[in-house]
Amino acid sequence: MCLGIPGKIVRWVHRDGTLAAAEVEFDGVRRVCHMACVPEAKEGDYVIVHAGIAISRVDPVEARRIFEQLEALGDDDGWRDD
Amino acid sequence: MKYLDEYRDPQGARRLLQQIRRTATQRWILMEVCGGQTHSLLRHGIEEALEGCIELVHGPGCPVCVTPTETIDLAQALSKRDDVMLTSFGDMLRVPGSEQSLLDVRAGGGRVRAVYSPLDAVELARRNPEKEVVFLAVGFETTAPATALAVQRAAHDGIGNFSLLVAHVRVQPAMEALVQSSDCRVQAFLAAGHVCAVMGYASYEAFARQFGLPVVVAGFEPLDLLAGILACVRQLEAGEARVENEYSRGVQREGNPVAQAIVREVYEICDRPWRGFGTIRQGGLRLRKAWREFDAEARFSCTDSLPVIEASQCLSGEILSGRIKPPACPAFGNACTPDRPLGAPMVSSEGACAAFYLYRRNG
Amino acid sequence: MAEEHTPNGYNARCPIPVSGSSDRITLAHGEGGKLMRQLIADRIVPALTGAELLRHMDDAARLPDIGGRPAVSTDSFVVSPLFFPGGDIGSLAVHGTVNDLAVSGARPMYLTLSLILEEGLHLSVLDAVLHSVADASAEAQVQVVAGDTKVVPRGAADGLFINTTGVGRWIEPVPRGPTTLVPGDVVIVSGPIGRHGIAVLCAREELDLHPPPISDCAPLHAPAAALVERLGGRLRCMRDATRGGVAAVLHEWAQACGGRITIEESLVPISPPVRGACELLGLDPLHVANEGTMVIAVAPQAVEEALETLQSFAQTAEAARIGEVQPNGLAPVTIRRLLGGERPLDEPLGAALPRIC
Repeated sequence: MCLGIPGKIVRWVHRDGTLAAAEVEFDGVRRVCHMACVPEAKEGDYVIVHAGIAISRVDPVEARRIFEQLEALGDDDGWRDD
Repeated sequence: MKYLDEYRDPQGARRLLQQIRRTATQRWILMEVCGGQTHSLLRHGIEEALEGCIELVHGPGCPVCVTPTETIDLAQALSKRDDVMLTSFGDMLRVPGSEQSLLDVRAGGGRVRAVYSPLDAVELARRNPEKEVVFLAVGFETTAPATALAVQRAAHDGIGNFSLLVAHVRVQPAMEALVQSSDCRVQAFLAAGHVCAVMGYASYEAFARQFGLPVVVAGFEPLDLLAGILACVRQLEAGEARVENEYSRGVQREGNPVAQAIVREVYEICDRPWRGFGTIRQGGLRLRKAWREFDAEARFSCTDSLPVIEASQCLSGEILSGRIKPPACPAFGNACTPDRPLGAPMVSSEGACAAFYLYRRNG
Repeated sequence: MAEEHTPNGYNARCPIPVSGSSDRITLAHGEGGKLMRQLIADRIVPALTGAELLRHMDDAARLPDIGGRPAVSTDSFVVSPLFFPGGDIGSLAVHGTVNDLAVSGARPMYLTLSLILEEGLHLSVLDAVLHSVADASAEAQVQVVAGDTKVVPRGAADGLFINTTGVGRWIEPVPRGPTTLVPGDVVIVSGPIGRHGIAVLCAREELDLHPPPISDCAPLHAPAAALVERLGGRLRCMRDATRGGVAAVLHEWAQACGGRITIEESLVPISPPVRGACELLGLDPLHVANEGTMVIAVAPQAVEEALETLQSFAQTAEAARIGEVQPNGLAPVTIRRLLGGERPLDEPLGAALPRIC
């Protein structure tokens, strides 16, 4: 696996190629992360960071899907009968 | 933290759990491929909560665990050279080779250093021009872009004293090897979310069809895992074998094409031995010829390898392939504990044995 | 002088080496001659402002009657790097011993200070550390009354090691300790955990986190004394959660009382920087060291008073109840899980290292 933590892009540092980098915030701390793999990401976006490299942009619409799915399961509290 | 905490909501988790119990009419056998998922399933009590309903078999998805003993021995030999500073991820440094771990070698005077990112190792090389900085590059497809970017950075900045000892592994060939073994009981797979973030899941479509097994891409938090399990169960109950994505906030069907291109430029697919498995066809990555100057094995011409010694009591091969669960190993918890590990799955924080030891010792 | 140990500092001194150069510790500083006397009399003693009893420079300090039963504690300090955000080896050496006395239930009063200096150490580094020892002693209301200095050859120490021994007076009634813990007793932490360990790890491994996480290095004498005085026998025990973090303290206590301690993860106070750093590096904050945060066990009816007392001091304003002592069970220390039931909380395994998995 691979420890991958979502962080928020605060500021791009370098835009291009091998040097692409941005400051990414993880709760109270920021670190400069390598951004070559997510050139389209914008400040304010969340990216998943693994070993100092952003490997994927978090899709905020898709992020809500599980909660919509939960909503669709209804307010059934049947789990209590476990 | 946003995108972590909300996926740990106990109310939602219980609701999904109930839905899984209602949907499953028989005890399906699922394999979570990734060790990070194993860890989370045990840590949050999901595996126990599903007992009697779903059997979870723990997969080989811990790159630290499957790194071959000979590679660790080689890294140790390099770290004992006066001119070398050996770097890797912290969890890799604890894994025993034939005789000792890299941390043991450091205690004996070897130059070994943990880094957070392979790019930090490039920085160390820049700041220590008198040393040869070698990064032991372990990890699945998730980690390969990071190490590929590290050599690209070294090349770009003309840092000649940096090299990689490559032990990258690929997940899908290992899944195929598992499924094709005669005693495979797995009926559906939870695919590793962060591997798919890089590689996508299109390549699992043929896999699902060929073997008639559902594959569901899943994340690492409790709600992600439970949603993944529910999707597997629904397919199994309906007699389907498709690929579904339950980690869509971080994974797209095609993965991350930019990351794949970076990996392709630096690495090529090769056969690779997996600790506990033997050689897996196309199961690894190695540096392409054009990047050979960054290959530590070539640079230090390490050919005469020492004989590999594996602890005889350790059943890590059986465990990594999902044939047995860790407590079934006679050494588990007795001869083998996280402080005195016999095999890699007990060392790595995400190894299945360590996860069982930490979270379910008496379970 | 100061610029010479900054990596990029410009150094405009004469390149010809002068023997007995005055800005570094040499082996001669430890030989008992003039250099050593000058080092102690002109540099160390004056730096320790407030250390009145030290000025006599006798072989042994003559302490006045301390007005009660004496308590003694000793500790040695090695830390790399010597300076980290929120503290340095000097403040650590004072607070560490002060806190050992304080959490035992004693009022810290006097300290001894032993310095083991590596040949080649910059005097500016020594000055900064001594300055910090003086400030920390003043803050903790203790006086340095005796000291020693040794110099070891280059490579035999990592810059500078310190040993401090502390003398204090027991405050009655002295907490009876973890062997007296009984089921129902409540466990409290005095503030957000893991700050020291994360600060030092980030500084040592150059992890480049911003703002750099700050150590909690601080004296606990005031809140600890207030707890003893206000709670009396209802205060079971206190312990500063240094190496091994809160998990190590809980394990020690569970072993001492033969019971089980269960905590609720969501109740443990963690500052955002520590949370962020721990997620990023794959560390468990319960395993990470503290230097100004303690674990406290009290009788159930004393919880509110204990929290109120702690919250009246700045250093322990964020104190929180995190768990309780239970009859024997699954494992010595457990954490309540998201989906019910408990999981064991293990003792930490060796040094914290960033991981990928």
